[in-house]
Amino acid sequence: MAKANFETPAFRPYPVIPIIKKDVMRGPGPYLAKPDMQRDLGFPEELVDDWHDKAIAKMGDLLGKYRSLRVYLDSCVKCGACTDKCHYMIGTNDPKNMPVARQDLLRNVYRRYFTWPGKLFPKLVGAQDLTKDVLDDWYNYYHQCSQCRRCSVFCPYGIDTADISMAAREILDVVGKGQKYCNEIIAKVYKIGNNLGLPDKALRNTVEGLEEDIKDETGVDVRLPVDVEGADVLLVTPSADFFAEPHIDGLIGYAKVFHQAGISWTLSSHASEAANFGMFIGSYENMQRVSLRVQKAARDLKVKRLVFGECGHAWRVAYSFLNTLVGPFDFLDQRYPIPQHICEFTYDLIQKGALTLDKSRNDHRRLTFHDSCNVARGSSMGGVPGGQFTIPRELIKASCNYFYDMPSDTICDQTYCCGGGGGLLTDDLMELRVKGALPRMEALKSVVDNHGVTHMASICAICKTQFSKVMPYYGFEMDQIISVHQLIGDAIVLSPE
Amino acid sequence: MGEVEKDTLMGFWTAFFAISFYLATLLFVGGVIYRIYQYATTPAPLKVPTMPAPMTQKGVIVRVLSEVVLFRSLFRSNKWIWLLGMMFHGALLLVIVRHLRYFTEPVWSWVALAQPFGKYGGLVMLLGLLGLLGRRIVIERIRYISNPSDYLMLILLLVIGTSGALMSFVTHIDIIHFKAFMLSVMYLDVFSGQYPIPIDTILLVHLASVIVLMIIFPFSKLLHAPGVFFSPSRNQVDNSREKRHVAPWALELETPKN
Repeated sequence: MAKANFETPAFRPYPVIPIIKKDVMRGPGPYLAKPDMQRDLGFPEELVDDWHDKAIAKMGDLLGKYRSLRVYLDSCVKCGACTDKCHYMIGTNDPKNMPVARQDLLRNVYRRYFTWPGKLFPKLVGAQDLTKDVLDDWYNYYHQCSQCRRCSVFCPYGIDTADISMAAREILDVVGKGQKYCNEIIAKVYKIGNNLGLPDKALRNTVEGLEEDIKDETGVDVRLPVDVEGADVLLVTPSADFFAEPHIDGLIGYAKVFHQAGISWTLSSHASEAANFGMFIGSYENMQRVSLRVQKAARDLKVKRLVFGECGHAWRVAYSFLNTLVGPFDFLDQRYPIPQHICEFTYDLIQKGALTLDKSRNDHRRLTFHDSCNVARGSSMGGVPGGQFTIPRELIKASCNYFYDMPSDTICDQTYCCGGGGGLLTDDLMELRVKGALPRMEALKSVVDNHGVTHMASICAICKTQFSKVMPYYGFEMDQIISVHQLIGDAIVLSPE
Repeated sequence: MGEVEKDTLMGFWTAFFAISFYLATLLFVGGVIYRIYQYATTPAPLKVPTMPAPMTQKGVIVRVLSEVVLFRSLFRSNKWIWLLGMMFHGALLLVIVRHLRYFTEPVWSWVALAQPFGKYGGLVMLLGLLGLLGRRIVIERIRYISNPSDYLMLILLLVIGTSGALMSFVTHIDIIHFKAFMLSVMYLDVFSGQYPIPIDTILLVHLASVIVLMIIFPFSKLLHAPGVFFSPSRNQVDNSREKRHVAPWALELETPKN
């Protein structure tokens, strides 16, 4: 790991309200998208000459398209309830990382161009002309928001900074100032089929290797099928699951569950990625185009059910948007939820007694659970409000003897983002990622100290990648983050046929 | 001052306030209706309730009401802001109810019942406002996000509340004639000259500030009042897996593909 040129924040002895330090996170922001990446997504290759007029026009366009944006920009009363709720504010103390101040970057321009008081008395209401500095501030600070929605929980009007940062990023894309990480990845999905750019052949090699590993470990032939027409279930999972620890152990867990339940399933090389970065850049069109691959794969493979693997943002898009974007899924078996989360799938099997789990196999681990922000606040599970909190915990408790929750104001709908969500999981934002992880690391520290917790389980590829990278900065080991389905996979008792 | 001059002055203020009331009412009602129309007709193409969310329309009504009546999210967020906000808004409601007595003849019995509570409610409202203003000045984070208009709006409300309290508790004004004036404004009889407004500085300041408040309402953050009912993160049902929600503009994107 390269030597960090910033200081890891210290654990706070008690949760003090952050003192503001102006402009500490000011800067150019993450790397800009290269011209070819912009072109692939249908955006201008570089900042256009008439960026000012185009940006204002796009803002007007979005105000007419999204009620959320209009209501949120009008309704804020500057009460300050959100000012100490964002993990990036807590970790960096830059006041522009207070949700209301982040929104104000856009709101001030909205007032100047779209409201009478802003047109007549800009100083009085804080309205601001759209200058190059403001545009640069947008780029920098809207890429310091992980769209985790924690602020929206606490806002008396439910103002969701995620929605505002999505709108801001879309405006930035349209004037030719896109972010490299997100746009490069979306382009890769279009060209190769997944975020990591793993070609078909590499994918097949990986799963074959995994089949051999499972055979060596258990003596049982557990299959990880790819592109099998007529399978019952299509599993769409983040490509990280094919690539690295701890993700890959989760994939092995899914395979063992399918095997023991005797349900035929398949992966798809066409839709070898669950994540949908179209959401991060606020682009309906791109989100729809990415989603269409999943729908096409389900049709082409003639499956009956659609199940998503452990991936937080993927699940928000899948649960909340997929049906709207590319539905109706009338060609699938209507007796099951469409789509279904792998945790719901496994939970149902456990309820039916279809899985044999030996909890003592995980006795060397003491667990806690990190609620991933987009699962917690952007989606649900199990057909009951709050199922997204109980079902993953039930899975852990069914496969482990030792489970301890972190403090109540850091879990469930008050969960803190891992610090790397929403298109920020890139090395050029490492300082932000480390600092933004502070509140979660503090919560983890408290269960480590009080209950001897050894591992934190999660159901999101971004969380897992982020934690394995930032935990060492806080004195933890990188392998203390694991997949929920790794626990299931380790506890499952497979018997040779 | 001679009798004639006094009559002219009264005539001037009566006409001035009558016209201002009409204009302010027009702007307030028209403006708020327009904004509500705007919110209601702007599509909400993707479902974004903050989860966990109710799975039925009934549940959504309970959720929105718990925000409007109890400030549920604010309570979870910050007890001080909740307390001060509650004091201000709750007392304001009482005070408004009490004020209905100046617009109705005969006075409705439940309004008469609210009279003593409303009177002291005015003081609670002032305390709440002072607390909110104090926070805005003292707490660094809140100061950072405040614009001049945020302070001015609190000051305007304080002027309304203080002038009102002065009339209730310190210098009593000619309320009989004021009510006659107000009713004549409502029943479009004000320009007959029979119901002049009492010339009393505190009363006129009170009325002028209320008029200003009505005018700025539809153009300012006071829109949080209708806004809270239209917030997608609070008023949407969690049913996206069961139901498609395609906005008209999004439907156009779909047509060429299928």
